[in-house]
Amino acid sequence: MNFTLKIWRQKDAKSQGAFETYKVENISADTSFLEMLDILNNDLVHAGKEPVAFDHDCREGICGMCSLHINGHAHGPSQAVTTCQMYMRKFKDGSTITIEPWRSAAFPVIKDLVVNRGAYDEILQAGGFVSVRTNSVPDGNAIPIPKEDADESMDAAACVGCGACAATCKNGSAMLFVAARVSSLAKLPQGRVEGARRAKAMVAKMDELGFGNCTNTGACQAECPKQISIAHIARLNREFLWAKLKD
Amino acid sequence: MAFKLDSKVPAGELAQKWSNHKAAIKVVSPANKRKLDIIIVGTGLGGASAAASLGEMGYNVKVFCIQDSPRRAHSIAAQGGINAAKNYQNDNDSVYRLFYDTIKGGDYRAREANVYRLAEVSNLIIDQCVAQGVPFAREYGGLLANRSFGGAQVSRTFYARGQTGQQLLLGAYAALNKEIAAGSVKSYPRHEMLDIVIDKKTGEAKGIIARNLVTGELERHGAHAVVIATGGYGNVFFLSTNAMGSNGSAAFQCYRKGAGFANPCFTQIHPTCIPVHGTQQSKLTLMSESLRNDGRIWVPKKLEDVEAIRKGTKKPSDIAEEDRDYYLERRYPAFGNLVPRDVASRAAKERCDAGFGVNETGLAVFLDFKTAIERLGKETIKQRYGNLFDMYEEITDVNPYEQPMQIFPAVHYTMGGIWVDYNLMTTIPGLYAIGEANFSDHGANRLGASALMQGLADGYFVLPYTIGDYLSKKIQAPKINTSDAEFDEAEKAIAEKIEKLFAIKGNRSADDIHKELGHIMWENVGMARTKESLERAISEIQALRKAFWSDLKLVGTKDSFNVELEKALRLVDYLELGELMARDALNRAESCGGHFRSEHQTEEGEALRHDEEFAYAAVWEYKGMDQAPELTKEPLDYEFTHRAQRNYKD
Repeated sequence: MNFTLKIWRQKDAKSQGAFETYKVENISADTSFLEMLDILNNDLVHAGKEPVAFDHDCREGICGMCSLHINGHAHGPSQAVTTCQMYMRKFKDGSTITIEPWRSAAFPVIKDLVVNRGAYDEILQAGGFVSVRTNSVPDGNAIPIPKEDADESMDAAACVGCGACAATCKNGSAMLFVAARVSSLAKLPQGRVEGARRAKAMVAKMDELGFGNCTNTGACQAECPKQISIAHIARLNREFLWAKLKD
Repeated sequence: MAFKLDSKVPAGELAQKWSNHKAAIKVVSPANKRKLDIIIVGTGLGGASAAASLGEMGYNVKVFCIQDSPRRAHSIAAQGGINAAKNYQNDNDSVYRLFYDTIKGGDYRAREANVYRLAEVSNLIIDQCVAQGVPFAREYGGLLANRSFGGAQVSRTFYARGQTGQQLLLGAYAALNKEIAAGSVKSYPRHEMLDIVIDKKTGEAKGIIARNLVTGELERHGAHAVVIATGGYGNVFFLSTNAMGSNGSAAFQCYRKGAGFANPCFTQIHPTCIPVHGTQQSKLTLMSESLRNDGRIWVPKKLEDVEAIRKGTKKPSDIAEEDRDYYLERRYPAFGNLVPRDVASRAAKERCDAGFGVNETGLAVFLDFKTAIERLGKETIKQRYGNLFDMYEEITDVNPYEQPMQIFPAVHYTMGGIWVDYNLMTTIPGLYAIGEANFSDHGANRLGASALMQGLADGYFVLPYTIGDYLSKKIQAPKINTSDAEFDEAEKAIAEKIEKLFAIKGNRSADDIHKELGHIMWENVGMARTKESLERAISEIQALRKAFWSDLKLVGTKDSFNVELEKALRLVDYLELGELMARDALNRAESCGGHFRSEHQTEEGEALRHDEEFAYAAVWEYKGMDQAPELTKEPLDYEFTHRAQRNYKD
């Protein structure tokens, strides 16, 4: 297969960026999207040009490192997959593909398609944990947890922290990301103890870091590679309101 | 000068060793912990859990990772589960049984005392993770669920869907975040350790040189102890299931500076990966071992059926039951499809070498869920493995509910690594290695669901105590001065190495050369090795290393975000590490676990150990880039288990 690629190139955080056009040829349909970029990059290196910088690591859809905006969609046109899990058979032979970095004020560009998602770490540092010390915990089976609760907690915990939700939201809101963590812990007795403090601290940090407000458009859910449901945002809102009422 | 290896294994009964040792080692008072600095390199299960635990104890911790967040370390990709000897299933599991299975699975090439301790603390790990809010799978009664894994006849594997590694890492990362927020840990993402700094007078580790991957700046960081938690070196093969960024360089710098490197040839080839599809591939994808719980592995009995499947004139589902060779069930009736990984991988190779490989390349076998779907229904299978089936279909365009999966072995894990004593300290005082980066617990083959167990055991429950014994001698030590001659020299050497790489101005990219190295490794130092293939590998790698230093093409600049430079720096080390692996494999003229020397096999084609000659860990000492390394042997005495030929047949 052959493709024309329009790729965002930007030297560093301070420089202006622009699109550049490249051609890739004889790409097998079984090639993954990122392998296609590997092929382009190897050609660029041979031509003495700087390869396109992009984030990736596990290439199994779980580390959350890859983060490309492809043809206007976070992680490309396929549903429920990360960029690394997309294969070229999903694209039309001969088509033009536009590739941009995440577009979010809270995720500044580092180079080309690489952005800084440190803000997500900061939000979790504000309260996305259970305050237990190593080695001072009860037996794992001491507290039975209904299967449905554990399953729902797991649904939310599937978030890979890739940033697609905030990058997709027209308000640049990180609500789905925050909700996933708050909700996952809220469904478990171990997480309930600090529930109120957690919800308030994480929401406050999200606001402080310049993420926008949630207006329930649901775009985050549609683009989330792990299909995290906006029902978790509803739970976050309940947790947050309840915590505020108690103040 | 050979190493004087002291494993520091405490005396006494196996079950008492760890308790006795904990009672005997020194502790550091809270007031003194505040004065002590620790550097941890890597934030996978080992690094993140160690950093969180040590920060919480009161030490000043700095933690480094190459990814943009500690949460993305490659532990996250582990799918199947984590072992523990809880005996929640009442199937007569015990600490001893987990210990025994691990020692046997490792083909009697691990250190007994370390493995017993691992089994002993395994139960604490589950408790710890549950308390952190890890959403393990549960039964309807609300208690924790288990499943079976290869190499065991009990059900002791805890899991969180197909994302166990991710959930455990998020638990450790959350614990780490708690300490970052408290100010006891400082995190340095997008930083790569390029060298370890050693005090010339005392020979002790005292810091690292790290490259800021965003700005390219070289930074100096001092500490009273340094912990390497950077995982394994499987990417020396270019194609592996490891993450693209996983590399062996931090461990290799330690080796260059005098740390012993043990059993480098022990590589795990995982039996259930998606087969290679072409020459332009960058990465192989693992399908979880848990699939072998319900999937049956087979190839056709008749070569004409193989031909028909390759041509597409027959579908795998057209092959009648009596024409299928479920070769694992045939050869290993007691364990069937759940034999250890090394055994399953070799059996697949054996069938493919005999011409029964089921795709165009002849390098694939079937993993079939037909029987399980008939027995349990599609819904149950979907619940158990839905995400894995979806992933398989996404990658291959084949629906595994209707046609069997095609799988083939691929490089997955390295049991070898930096030599450590019972305290997890390397041959360099003050330098520790934990998790996959060390060599100690898995012998010549790791059992499934035991990597997560080891990472967290080391990080939560072993290192935080043993490191105190060393640091108790440092309570009077001042802060490390990073402006002294040793830091100057280390930084200068790196700067010169980088200049040298840019100055080559050749024609081949780092990837081109790395692919060639991977090919040499897979063909000669892969699933089956011979004296000839290993000698060939050594000379070909030496030649390729010369080619690298004269023909590398490196673009970009040193003082910017430059992935090509990162790749080139890692390749410098792979080109020496590959040779070291081949040399170790050549020295070990026996077969054991994942190390299969074709000259040494039983009549039935199983690995044939030579205990009289090779019951030791081979510890290598660096002598220079083009010099042969020096071997020191750590004898492995089996006091408590009887070394037998592994038997998974009855």
